Amino acid sequence: MTDTPLPPDAPIEVKDPSRLRLALDSDFFYTFKRSPVAVVSFSVVSIMVLAAVFAPWIAPHDPFNPGSLNLMNGFSAPMEPNAFTGDIFWLGTDDQGRDVFSTILYGMRISLFVGAAAVAFAMVLGVTLGLLAGYVGGWTETIIMRIADVQLTFPAILVAMLIFGVAKGITPVEYRDQMAIWVLILAIGLSDWVQFARVVRGATLVEKNKEYVQAARLIGRTSPAIMLRHILPNVLSPVLVIATISLALAIIAEATLSFLGVGAPPTQPSLGTLIRIGQGFLFSGEWWILLFPAVTLLTLALSVNLLGDWLRDALNPRLR
Amino acid sequence: MTGPILSIRNLTVEIPTRHGILRPVDGISYDIGRGEILGIVGESGAGKSMAGNAVIDLLSPPAHIAGGEIWVNGTRIDQLKGDAMRRLRGKEIGMVFQDPLTSLNPLLRIGDQLTETILAHLPLSRAQAKDRAIKALDEVGIPGATERINSYPHEFSGGMRQRVVIALALCAEPSLIIADEPTTALDVSVQAQIIALLKALCRNRGTAVMLITHDMGVIAEAADRVAVMYAGKLAELGAVRDVLGAPRHPYTDGLMGSTPLASRGKARLHQIPGAMPALDNLPQGCAFHPRCPYAQSICKTQMPTLADGDGAACFFPLPHTAEVA
Repeated sequence: MTDTPLPPDAPIEVKDPSRLRLALDSDFFYTFKRSPVAVVSFSVVSIMVLAAVFAPWIAPHDPFNPGSLNLMNGFSAPMEPNAFTGDIFWLGTDDQGRDVFSTILYGMRISLFVGAAAVAFAMVLGVTLGLLAGYVGGWTETIIMRIADVQLTFPAILVAMLIFGVAKGITPVEYRDQMAIWVLILAIGLSDWVQFARVVRGATLVEKNKEYVQAARLIGRTSPAIMLRHILPNVLSPVLVIATISLALAIIAEATLSFLGVGAPPTQPSLGTLIRIGQGFLFSGEWWILLFPAVTLLTLALSVNLLGDWLRDALNPRLR
Repeated sequence: MTGPILSIRNLTVEIPTRHGILRPVDGISYDIGRGEILGIVGESGAGKSMAGNAVIDLLSPPAHIAGGEIWVNGTRIDQLKGDAMRRLRGKEIGMVFQDPLTSLNPLLRIGDQLTETILAHLPLSRAQAKDRAIKALDEVGIPGATERINSYPHEFSGGMRQRVVIALALCAEPSLIIADEPTTALDVSVQAQIIALLKALCRNRGTAVMLITHDMGVIAEAADRVAVMYAGKLAELGAVRDVLGAPRHPYTDGLMGSTPLASRGKARLHQIPGAMPALDNLPQGCAFHPRCPYAQSICKTQMPTLADGDGAACFFPLPHTAEVA
């Protein structure tokens, strides 16, 4: 050891930097700042999420309060005064006089909520099963991973439709509309866990053989404790990437299901439902009812995807 | 305490494969006493690490203990299962791994890893455990232990990390430490420090050490006794100065001859011809005979045994009188 002239107990001025300071100084934030794509997509996603969360305060009209609707306002074109009432709607109105901008805000709410909840559900399920498969091995692994493989041979949207159909079939008719959102989350989540499980299993297999895991076993940690405390935190960064990209996929999956009429009910329209309703008016000239929800969905999915792409590059040490 | 800390009798480890059963460790026996450092040397694949892993029950399946006995402090541990094994091996046995880069969890502060280990085995409060962790870091020579306890592993150099690993192995006060090539991943100047540290700490506490290495220099420096392994068997066992100074087994002699020594000047290094036989293709008789310069016909048919205690497993132990050579 090198001898320093300082006595070991000499008071050294170590300022504990605040968490915020640490975060702003990190490489992660640095690469973020330097990537225009990341900054733009992150801003777009944030604005959309905030708009969705605060929809009741932002939206000029409550599209689901029939009392506030005026049928005379139906089919107003964007930014043009209505022929009967003279009201101006930024993005126009639909056949029942609902403000399209407001319905988009409320629709985004449903889309984002369903997407996020489905991804969270898929993540918890996939990570748990992946950890188990990777750490325990043997039959557990074989069974979990074969189920995953089989599920992968079907298109995810088909699996989601199947689960949705079955779940809808077993819920009583009077609860169907209320339950639709939750069934949707379950269906999309169940169709998407495989990715998480595969990646986590792979990462677990790598971490499992590292010596710190052996050391933890040596000091008598139980398997669940080792999995949660030692392995899980070390496999989380790929999970974060997949979660982001899955969010875009889940939002699109929800829109697809709703577009096909098996997703969110018209009483709680998501972006997909709005697009389905809007496409009926496309050829009669009311293009705005379809276009604006579609553009919103596109922007949202694209931004989330770009953000996920950037995250994957930023968290991958081999690409830096 | 009397009697050896670790006592291994006829330990055999087997790996069933489709080509038959391999025995990476085949009937070895030795004792390690209190405060004693036993060096285990041998070429790669001689079964050194397997023997160590067998003692701490970290053999990865399908490898398993197929026979023999392992006693730690008078308790037989090779038949313990589950909880009893877990409790005992953590309490009584510490482990220093080869690579300090992977033997610490990169996402946990070293203080957390130390207290986790301490709390797992000693009835202490969290604050007491933290004090003890600081003391342990101090003991292994990490300056500013009070601050460093909040550092993450990547904030340490390799040598410092290995010191942390040693602190981790020692903090629950085990009676036996298994050090599996503790210096292989370190550079030479740090190696000596780590060996000296390990030696000093164990002397002071009376901890027995099983030092697995392929580095004769490390053995000469640190160990009291040495066991030379070849193809899963003990070739020679004895006090360091006997074994290294006057090897009796031709294999030990060959190993010594292939170690560079300043005293030997510029003479060419000797090398043992050939390679260690594969475990599924062991020759009949003494496993070393195809490479042994002194092999006789009996070596090709019969297996020499190691007499109980020290000695060499050889029919014609060195030094040879004229007529044998």
